[in-house]
Amino acid sequence: MKRPGIWLLVVALVLTGGGLFLYKWQGLGFPLLPDTQARIWTVEVQITFDAGETPNPVKATLYIPALTPGFAILDENFVSRGFGFTTRYTGGGRQVQWAIRRASGPQTLYYRAVVYKDPSRVEADTTPPFPPVPSLGEPLDTAMQELVEGVRSRSADPASFTVELLKRLARPDADQNVDLLLGGRSDATFRARTAITVLAAAQIPARLVRGVYLVDRERQAGVRPWLEVHDGERWLYFNPDGGQQGLPENLLIWWRGEGPLYDVDGGRDVEVRFAVQLNEADPVLVAERRAEAWQSRVTDFSMFALPIQTQAVYGVLLMIPIGALVVVILRNLVGITTFGTFMPVLVALAFRETQLLGGVVLFSLVVVLGLAFRFFMEHLRLLLVPRLASVLIIVVLLMALVSILAHQLGFETGLSVALFPMVILTMTIERMSIVWEERGPVEAIQQGVGSLLVAALCYTVMENAVLKHLFFVFPELLLCVLAFTLLLGRYSGYRLLELVRFRALAQAIGGSRDGGA
Amino acid sequence: MLERIRQLRAAGVLGLNERNCQYIMRYNPRRLYPLVDDKLATKELALAAGIPVPALYGVIRSFHDIRDLPRLIADHKDFVVKPAQGSGGDGILVVSGRARDRGLYRLVDGTIMDEASMGHHLSNILSGQYSLGGHRDVALLEYCVRFDTTFSEHAYRGVPDIRVIVFRGYPVMSMVRLPTRKSHGKANLHQGAIGAGVDLATGRTTHGVSGNSNVEEHPDTGAAIAGLAIPAWEHLLEFAAGCYELTGLGYLGVDIVLDREQGPMLLELNARPGLNIQIANRAGLRPRLAAVEELPAGAPAAERVAWARSRFGGSPAEARVA
Repeated sequence: MKRPGIWLLVVALVLTGGGLFLYKWQGLGFPLLPDTQARIWTVEVQITFDAGETPNPVKATLYIPALTPGFAILDENFVSRGFGFTTRYTGGGRQVQWAIRRASGPQTLYYRAVVYKDPSRVEADTTPPFPPVPSLGEPLDTAMQELVEGVRSRSADPASFTVELLKRLARPDADQNVDLLLGGRSDATFRARTAITVLAAAQIPARLVRGVYLVDRERQAGVRPWLEVHDGERWLYFNPDGGQQGLPENLLIWWRGEGPLYDVDGGRDVEVRFAVQLNEADPVLVAERRAEAWQSRVTDFSMFALPIQTQAVYGVLLMIPIGALVVVILRNLVGITTFGTFMPVLVALAFRETQLLGGVVLFSLVVVLGLAFRFFMEHLRLLLVPRLASVLIIVVLLMALVSILAHQLGFETGLSVALFPMVILTMTIERMSIVWEERGPVEAIQQGVGSLLVAALCYTVMENAVLKHLFFVFPELLLCVLAFTLLLGRYSGYRLLELVRFRALAQAIGGSRDGGA
Repeated sequence: MLERIRQLRAAGVLGLNERNCQYIMRYNPRRLYPLVDDKLATKELALAAGIPVPALYGVIRSFHDIRDLPRLIADHKDFVVKPAQGSGGDGILVVSGRARDRGLYRLVDGTIMDEASMGHHLSNILSGQYSLGGHRDVALLEYCVRFDTTFSEHAYRGVPDIRVIVFRGYPVMSMVRLPTRKSHGKANLHQGAIGAGVDLATGRTTHGVSGNSNVEEHPDTGAAIAGLAIPAWEHLLEFAAGCYELTGLGYLGVDIVLDREQGPMLLELNARPGLNIQIANRAGLRPRLAAVEELPAGAPAAERVAWARSRFGGSPAEARVA
């Protein structure tokens, strides 16, 4: 009988679960494996100054990163004792302003940003207007004009123009005009400024940016000037020292424009220090921030949105379907019989507390002793429910005894039995004793060992670190598990153990056919 | 392994998953299950339809009723205690004699039970120890079949019974279940009884299995398993086929006992009959079920039996060639 409904359902479930999984994995970069670590940098700016002998108002401003191509900000914080602070956007980017009414003596302010590499980050800035032609006064204007003409004749577009210009600026002795414009100064910042002026004369918008090289354990990281040139479509980056195009991959752009990095009003002996540190971070955290930045709703429905304690519970709960899947496979594909359908899953959960070996020993011990007690009680002719209750009491006492003995002997596993499912154990003992009486000890022991094996296998699968991580980060994969379980529900082939069971039959029929043919 | 799968496929052997998925779920509506899961309901249904069943001596419905036991069975030397909703023969006691004055019962396998242990067993049945879902149950006290002399060489103390698989009203396969010492006189294969395949055309046993392996002789009596002729075979098959109309279940295991005086009697019906019958008959069920699936519904029982006997009769090898 064909059932198209189930196929549609399975396909829909797999597409939904798998699609969401692929989006989160490939798109948002949620990690597939638990041990992958994202590299994050912590950049710290420390401003120290002396507020003077007498208390006076102090106002300090500091540029902080806003538009950071190639990087995304994971977290930032401002540390300042007694200061109020605000952040605001200015022409050069973002600024933090600390202020205090009365301050005296040495003061320290901190800004700390945690950033990670995000190649998807590009500078989404508005197209700047054409700059006004600068007027420097003669003879500089003429020198500039000549330089512009010279460079233009050897370039094709704003990018090559800039490269050529920066090359010439790097060698002032080769060109008198350059020498004149630089006036003997040769630091990178001044060269960049000069380049901006010359580019403005050539009607190319450009601006000065300052960045910090992210190098691990750099306590004294310096601020480097860089040149940003707009080619009509987007911003291009150039090294003012030599003219190479592009942004080094570990340069974090800190602020733009001519403004100073900091300004302290009411303090003296101001000192600013950059420190950079490379850290490993949980990539899930990074992916979540990325999803936030993309305004993706996916993470609103993530397990990580829950309180930590609830997360821990779901870390376990989300693995129960996997245990159930193992049971389905072992029962319907392999054909192992167990006491109670999902009893092995519950026992496997209990093994989490005791570890596998301890759990198996404890389970066997309690079941064997409980069974002995159950056979003894058979002589007492108790009614069913009181008998079950007595076995339960015995089971609890046995476990307490095991714990005490284990503690005396110095084993710690015997102590962590709190979650061991005693009711399940009781029912297992009861059903095992009935099977024992009705079908004989062989079948009872077979089923008991079968249950234990299934439980051990469930535990191994449910405690697999990769699977745990996978289903916690991508709970939508459970939809695929559901789809697979639905398919197994329609599986009508042989079970593995049936191949053994019908072995004689297959041989008999096969043999007689060969004889007849 | 793949070779084995191919072999079993070619032989048309039905597996548990396929039985559940393709036959039980499709042909046995769940609402009809209570008719066969509760032996009391089955008995009432059969009596109303005029189908012979072992006489009911009494029903123990509550703990209070247990003390009525001696009164209920006062006139009977032997009787059977059964949980109404038991499965797989669990909880059945066959009492073959008793010492009335001392309140002792002798079971068919020779053990002796006193009044108190009998009461305890009954209370276990009532509590649901043997019932399918573990819920409360009732205990039936019924006539202990004096089995037909045909089987006197082939049964160790218990009562042999005949299982017929009836699909859509057509008998498709049959076997005789012979109690052994190992099965404590019970006729259930997984308790150790022997299953012997029966040729549908002739009503003669072909060969036997114990567990999953072949046996030629009864382990306790030494009698040959094959060649045993079941009396009134055609009548018995019609009787079994009629159980389809009785319950409406399309895939049904009918358990029949042959009484010395009263002839075939319906012992119980099973909505999930086991698959070992295939081993006992050395034949797969699937081709037979497929053949029946193609037939139109509505033929009378006698016609269905005649069709099945001509189609599925003969030795398994010959039947397949035909």
